[in-house]
Amino acid sequence: MQEVSALIEKEIRLEWRQRYALNGMLLYLVSTIFVCYLSFRQKAGHLEPITWNTLFWIIQLFTAVSAIAKSFTQERAGRLLYYYSLASPLGIILSKMLYNTGLMLLLSLLGYVVYAFVMGNPVGDPGMYLVAIGLGAMGFAGTLTMVAGIASKAENSPTLMSVLSFPIIIPMLLVLLKLSKNALDGIDRSFSTDEILTLLALNAIVWVLSLILFPFLWKS
Amino acid sequence: MSWWKYLCILLMIYVYTGGILMPIPRQPILYETARNLYFHVPLWFAMILLLALSVWHAVQYLRSGKTDHDLQSVELANTGLVFGILGFVTGAIWGKYTWGSALPQDPKLLSTEIAMLIYLAYWVLRGSFRDDQQRARISAVYNIFAFAAFIPLTIILPRLATDSLHPGNGGNPGFKIYDSDHSMKLVFYPAIIMMMLLGYWISTLRIRYRRLLAIVEE
Repeated sequence: MQEVSALIEKEIRLEWRQRYALNGMLLYLVSTIFVCYLSFRQKAGHLEPITWNTLFWIIQLFTAVSAIAKSFTQERAGRLLYYYSLASPLGIILSKMLYNTGLMLLLSLLGYVVYAFVMGNPVGDPGMYLVAIGLGAMGFAGTLTMVAGIASKAENSPTLMSVLSFPIIIPMLLVLLKLSKNALDGIDRSFSTDEILTLLALNAIVWVLSLILFPFLWKS
Repeated sequence: MSWWKYLCILLMIYVYTGGILMPIPRQPILYETARNLYFHVPLWFAMILLLALSVWHAVQYLRSGKTDHDLQSVELANTGLVFGILGFVTGAIWGKYTWGSALPQDPKLLSTEIAMLIYLAYWVLRGSFRDDQQRARISAVYNIFAFAAFIPLTIILPRLATDSLHPGNGGNPGFKIYDSDHSMKLVFYPAIIMMMLLGYWISTLRIRYRRLLAIVEE
């Protein structure tokens, strides 16, 4: 546990020292939303709820892929070897996943605020929508951290990152879309328990599997 | 030649003659296209089996580190992908003439499209390594990870979209109703076993070829 918290602290420090990377991600998010806003022109405030929702999650997905893709590539191979001698693989992957969850939470909450400000906010049940965003951040972080680990070992990793992660993340994305659509329509919360349980189960599968499989990845 | 290969040949002769000649219940819209059931559905069963075996070998590879398991894992996945594509094509042709569209929005279609995307990505991943050991280990990790993400999908998707065009979902009756006098089961069940055996047989041929290739290269 101590190891994990130390490693998370290291991640945060690293991020803070390379603030341009964080700023780049924020700008990426904001400009993507702005591009959508401009593309829809006057219609931006009156999107169909389903379009609004889908667009939001697609923006989230692309931001997540580009933000998490760098988790294993921003440090040089020599440094990774150094961590290898210091920490256990479990500690490394757990810290990266927790850190990325935090990062994704930050990015998606900010994205939600900016998106709602620019494109109008038709959400009927904001509390439930935030639950969807939280579960989404956790799921994206879990899946994409593992895929980033896989892709970082290969050549041309940026392309590989999206090719490998999209098919895996589709189930999660579909359930998220359903849950957030429920929240958007403001229907009774009891209708959403099924989706929340499914998402929790999916998250559990992905997290546990990452913890089991990462040691094999780390060896090479 | 081992006994199951003879069984496979016998079943193939039976399924291909019986599937085309034996009487089937007449159904509106479907009519004689219902015979496609004997070939389209077993292809999917065989694909799932081959992919599951591929994942099992991937796990075995990670546990033991023997390259032979990696070889088997890849070839099983390749055959699985080919079976998937064949199942997709037979389904699209069938759908074109009965549902009016070769590619309707349907949860079962979606999940197979995703399975194919996963295994195409697996191919690309394997192509991007130079080191054999690393390629084997990392693609095994991806194989397991992707399969575990794919299996819940086949359970989740039909629940999300309650209406599927496939029998047994939403407003559609299950296939049992179409097959009122059980005459189709006589060919359908053997066809499933036949496709599974055939898929495994093709994979073993590829595996043997790859083993020989490895010896020649040494």
